[in-house]
Amino acid sequence: MSLLRIEKISKSFGGLMAVSNVSFNVEKGSLIGLIGPNGAGKTTLFNVLTGVYAPSNGKVWLHKDVDILLSDKKPHQIAQIGVARTFQNIRLFKELTVLDNIKIAMNQQVEYGLIGSLSHLGVFHEAEHTIHQKALQILAMVSLDKLAQEKAKNLPYGKQRQLEIARALATGSKLLFLDEPAAGMNPQETQELTSFIASIRKKMDLTIVLIEHDMSLVMKICEKIFVLDYGKLIASGTPTQIKNDPRVIEAYLGEEE
Amino acid sequence: MTALFSKKNLLWVLFAIGVFILIQVLIQMRIITPHYRFMMYWISIYIILGVSLNIIIGITGQLSLGHAGFMSIGAYSAAIMLREDPSLSGLFAGMAIGFVITLVVSFVVAMPTLKLKGDYLAIATLGVGEIIRIIILNMKITEGARGISNIPHLISWPLMFVFVVLAIIVASNFKNSATGRACIAIREDEIAAESLGVNPVKYKVIAFMLGAVMASVAGALYATTYYVVKPETFGINTSINILIIVVFGGMGSLSGSIVAAIFIGITNTLLQPYGELRAIIYAAILVLVMIFRPKGLFGDREVTIFTIKDDLIRGIQRLTRRKEKPA
Repeated sequence: MSLLRIEKISKSFGGLMAVSNVSFNVEKGSLIGLIGPNGAGKTTLFNVLTGVYAPSNGKVWLHKDVDILLSDKKPHQIAQIGVARTFQNIRLFKELTVLDNIKIAMNQQVEYGLIGSLSHLGVFHEAEHTIHQKALQILAMVSLDKLAQEKAKNLPYGKQRQLEIARALATGSKLLFLDEPAAGMNPQETQELTSFIASIRKKMDLTIVLIEHDMSLVMKICEKIFVLDYGKLIASGTPTQIKNDPRVIEAYLGEEE
Repeated sequence: MTALFSKKNLLWVLFAIGVFILIQVLIQMRIITPHYRFMMYWISIYIILGVSLNIIIGITGQLSLGHAGFMSIGAYSAAIMLREDPSLSGLFAGMAIGFVITLVVSFVVAMPTLKLKGDYLAIATLGVGEIIRIIILNMKITEGARGISNIPHLISWPLMFVFVVLAIIVASNFKNSATGRACIAIREDEIAAESLGVNPVKYKVIAFMLGAVMASVAGALYATTYYVVKPETFGINTSINILIIVVFGGMGSLSGSIVAAIFIGITNTLLQPYGELRAIIYAAILVLVMIFRPKGLFGDREVTIFTIKDDLIRGIQRLTRRKEKPA
């Protein structure tokens, strides 16, 4: 049974079909790459999958004990169900500390309600302590625990990317959408990120779908690649298959030949 | 329970008791004359109003210009109940009724308006404030434009103090909780907050309603302090005055709102003898502060009894460093 089933998703803006009739499945535990030239509709597809846009057509199902229809849910509901994402242009809470960035993502795990928030009575302090420790653990996992009290905007670029991924993980999600995690990184940072993604995936038993332009990263860690062009799915397969697919070369890598 | 009696909390309690006793003694020694007592009440009421608006504007990032409207609901509820029962129980009953009405009204208002952003939200809330004022102006029970006068003066320093402390505790607890964090996340980046499971509508509504009911309590205190409530008192001017306190102290800084209310209250009182000039001097002071502290006195930081030493040292360092710079 696939974890995520994307059924004939289309999304149009006025007359423009940004995504047209895309279907594919994501198996549990896999690492999927979504590639394609600029403007191919990759980010639009991500936005549909995470609820930012409602699809014009088609359905998205998440299999978690039962099938849950994702395509009629709002972004915060999808996050609560256990699907998290990062953004192409980093969207950290820049003015807040690294630790608070993580804590906000853990809000669903908080055991006190509004009354607890206003009174600080009952389980409040205990619950806050637990959240604090858990947040530090998550930060330790990405080696950011020493920078916990630093403002997020003061982190180096590569660390900010890692923090954004850690924050998505802190929601407790097991399905992660990463939108160009290596954008703007130098080769060494990309290298670090590649091993970082591989390691958290193994450690936390994650399923990851990522959009990426950096082929060194995609070819190295993705088990399966889907290629979009002009909103259509033109190819899918293992990295080797994709490398040798004439349609992909024509649409995308062809310029290099 | 140990956390409730932590060293930090105990120090706060000591600090609060200290402030209370100090002012009580000053009143008893007649250093704080009845004239200055009104200034003190003004400051107290505006601390509650400033802190409550800061929850909406500073912490959650939603610009609301209708705060005086919610204040008027509390003020009129208290005034009407005090007409029936001119005692503390009447005041508390009025406060409770105002609380409930404000809960309902702010919920009804919040659902559609909080979908708006920035300037649009400001204008919508401005309209809401005016609608509340005009409804009050046209109701029989509120005695229209004449307003309600001869409200029994039941306020005392201990009573005022309890409400100010309660308001500060509630606001600061809110800020330092999961709910507060969700609101701050919405202020910082709504799209990111949503992607992490924070429901923006829910938290905006919570913050808006909390701010509104606190304003309504402040309104009830206002009614029993100033003998008279009139619709014109709760117009846009009052909303702007509260906004000034929030901006002046620093958006998101509760301690900033408290200091700003004290500062503005004292300045206004000291400037009273200058008549017309008062408005000009007051405005000039505001402009100067905004030039030198564009983010308000404290920015979004909290200055507390625990940080004040470091803050003072840093402030002095900054001043001296500025002087050392060659011209």
